[in-house]
Amino acid sequence: MTSNFTRRGVLKGGTALTAATVLSAPVRAQVTAQVTAQVTSKAPPASAVTPALIEAAKKEGKAVWYTSVDLPLAERVARSFEAKYPGVSLRVERTGAERVFQRIGQEYGSKIHAVDIVNSSDAAHLIVWKRQGILDPYVPEDVAKHYSDEHKDADGQFASFRVFLCPIAYNTNLVKKEDAPKSYADLLDPKWTGKIVKAHPSYSGTILTATYQMSRDIGWPYFEKLAQQKIMQVQSASDPPKKLALGERAIMADGVEYVCFQLKEKGDPVDLVYASEGTPLIIGPNAIFKNAPNPNAARLVQSYMFSAECQQVCIDAGGLRSAHALTKEKPGRTPLKSIKLMKDDAAAVEKESENLKKRYTQLFKV
Amino acid sequence: MTIAVPAELADRRTFKFDMTWPVMFGFMAVLCVLIVLPISWLVYYSLTAVDPVTQARSFTLDQFRTLFSDPEFVDPLITTVIIAVSSSIACCVIAAPMGWLVARTDMPMTRTIRALVTASFVTPPFLGAVAWEILAAPNSGLLNKLFRLVTGAPQDEHLLNIYSLPGLIFVIACYTFPYVFVLIANALDRIPSDLEDASAMLGGTAWDTARRITVPLALPALLAGALIAFLQAMILFGSPAILALPAGFHTMTTKIWSLFQYPPKPELAAAASLPLLVLTVILLRGQAMILGRKGYTVVGGKGAEPRLIKLGWWLVPAALFVTIVLMLPVFLPYFALFNAAFSPIATTLVTPFNATMHNIYFTFFELSSTKVALKNTFLLGAMSATIGTLLALVISYLTARQAVRGHRVLAFLATAPIAIPGIVLGVGLFLSYTRPPLVLYGTLWILLIAYITIELPAAYQQLQSAFKSVHPELEEASRMLGASRLRALRDVTAPLLRTSVLATWCFIFVSTIRELSAAVMLFTSETKVVSVLIFDLKESGDLGAISVLGISMLVLTFIVVVGVSRIPGFGAGTRLRNT
Repeated sequence: MTSNFTRRGVLKGGTALTAATVLSAPVRAQVTAQVTAQVTSKAPPASAVTPALIEAAKKEGKAVWYTSVDLPLAERVARSFEAKYPGVSLRVERTGAERVFQRIGQEYGSKIHAVDIVNSSDAAHLIVWKRQGILDPYVPEDVAKHYSDEHKDADGQFASFRVFLCPIAYNTNLVKKEDAPKSYADLLDPKWTGKIVKAHPSYSGTILTATYQMSRDIGWPYFEKLAQQKIMQVQSASDPPKKLALGERAIMADGVEYVCFQLKEKGDPVDLVYASEGTPLIIGPNAIFKNAPNPNAARLVQSYMFSAECQQVCIDAGGLRSAHALTKEKPGRTPLKSIKLMKDDAAAVEKESENLKKRYTQLFKV
Repeated sequence: MTIAVPAELADRRTFKFDMTWPVMFGFMAVLCVLIVLPISWLVYYSLTAVDPVTQARSFTLDQFRTLFSDPEFVDPLITTVIIAVSSSIACCVIAAPMGWLVARTDMPMTRTIRALVTASFVTPPFLGAVAWEILAAPNSGLLNKLFRLVTGAPQDEHLLNIYSLPGLIFVIACYTFPYVFVLIANALDRIPSDLEDASAMLGGTAWDTARRITVPLALPALLAGALIAFLQAMILFGSPAILALPAGFHTMTTKIWSLFQYPPKPELAAAASLPLLVLTVILLRGQAMILGRKGYTVVGGKGAEPRLIKLGWWLVPAALFVTIVLMLPVFLPYFALFNAAFSPIATTLVTPFNATMHNIYFTFFELSSTKVALKNTFLLGAMSATIGTLLALVISYLTARQAVRGHRVLAFLATAPIAIPGIVLGVGLFLSYTRPPLVLYGTLWILLIAYITIELPAAYQQLQSAFKSVHPELEEASRMLGASRLRALRDVTAPLLRTSVLATWCFIFVSTIRELSAAVMLFTSETKVVSVLIFDLKESGDLGAISVLGISMLVLTFIVVVGVSRIPGFGAGTRLRNT
């Protein structure tokens, strides 16, 4: 599989990067952004939210956001948008990122253009859509000013709406803190047989991305052994934390960090573990489609979603992390920079996607 | 005295255009499009593959080779057969004694029992599966919690594990047994007691009578019921998707569906659909052969009421049995759903201290798909019911009255879709209507076509038997007075059939609302229906919202059913006949 690495992926290597480089300082980002913009980028100039845009969006009255963000959070973002811009409704169409991708492919294949804005937890999808030329370049002011290069497309077609991790977690009623697994290797202990819940890479972009990073960094033998642990196989990466909260399983082998935060802070018996091997880093970009039925509303939504205001809502209420330089992490959560991360590599995921799913299905039978 | 008929008048009669033929051909054409088109695409896709270089389609048997050699497909096929056989047996074991108790003994409250069986029929199987997750998930399930509380068993012991093959078979049987129950209860209702009396008079004991008279007479219905249960279990999609995937195994329907995930493999999906289709056709032929011999059950003549057997002290175990059976598909699941709707965590019991309206608020005020899905579901339910009933009405008229020469073909076409499992039809329709000239994918029309096609056979059978109960002499009188066939139908027969027509309408409406397997293949974001929305919510584990939506869906269904059953002479139970 190493042969499939992109040059950039090989150069950056499989070593874990610290968060400091992933979320670089705003000043540097701003400078580099301007430099890139002047030299190579085909990105359009940054757009502010103007009264004309709001007016045009109101005329359209609605927008549709295909997303894989956990439903309650996605709806919360949508309602906060509607509260800020009354007269424009934002409909959330949520399913797993891999389904979103398949759905858009199927709909576009039949010339159905229903989607305005998309968010995917599998950043590789954006590469595909960009290559197909179906994305509309649009750079919200906040993206130009406050997002580092890693978190925006050079041609202005997408940017990182959300950043989060795919950690291990456990139910604190069923497992004592000192007994909780510390690493992926720990999950293979026979004492966890039948006690693990795990999500599916054919449904969830988070899990597909994580499966890529983990198979690259700790290897397939881990998955081969995990498949022998009689895991409970759910679909969405936001489901395992919920299964922990129900008390249905004691350990979550993978799932989204932000739902764990939500549950933990609500007082549910859920706690997180960042494995000693490193934790997969997931980036979920947002983009607008060229054939969006509501192009102006879509731009307004895109600008709103990348604003510090919306990003802070996602952090505080949603448990997400943000690439926006002006946002603050919520106290009480482990700061990103003190977590050992696996390196994200969307281009490699794009190449490996089909193989990963196939291999996974062979191991886990579904 | 002879009256000379003016020549032009006689001529006019000869040349008068008879609407029957165009109507007949029109309907045949509609049925052909509904059925033949998707099936043809299925067969075509299953036997061809796209050459990656030339993009040309060419003949191949590769798909079938994969299907019957790759364990990835052979295993689900075997699993499906195991599930279908076991749940069919389970249904018969439960439904036969229950049907006998209700139809042939002095069991009290038989009306209520029949109504509750109907309630389990109205419950969508996928909703039942979610409810049973809440009840019997090994660690968090309410029943397992109760078990640990009572026995003091440690946390990792459990009584029931719904995520298992037996668990899945159990849940499927819960929502399939109504089919068997109704067939058996109806058959036992019709067995005249004079045959049993004769046996008793000739000195036979109660046991002899049961063994030599009642059981043989009810046997065809039981076998037919077993076949229907087998079919239902085989073609079900929702329950296996909810219970089998977490346990790490596939059935044929979930496998077919997974082939449409990215990257989609429509050729393989089409090929995998065909064994289901072939099996269904074979089984239905078997059923027809068995039911074809049913005629002798009515030899007793008119008016012989079945003799009710006095249960005596057996009433206690009988009542216990019926209560337990009804607990499983109705009382327990609804309790679980209501609990989950008002509980902060689905598997925590609601108390006055933790009760929350959050799930209801979320479902109706935050979840933006709710409104679209409810609107689509209601619209599609009403439209499928209306169009389906009209279609079935005309076809059953033409065939019951043998009005036109091709009526047998028409009857065959109207019953043929019963052999097409929903998921197979979904694949077929997807292949048919995502290409020019008729791109219906993305509109409600494709779902409407699916629903009408799926429901037509049952609607047709119900109305056909209704037509047979209206004597043709009334229509003949109307025809003799100069009315055309269509006018006679409209003015004479239709009013007489009002009750059956409404019952059929209601049946299609209910069935449409609970349909998932075809819808899950055909929906787009704008054409989402409630069943698909519930399935979506299930995949991300939002049990509270599912419970609220599921209950609202049932309230909607209940309102429609009550609305119809207020019409005199129509009881809820009759809707199940002929299904």
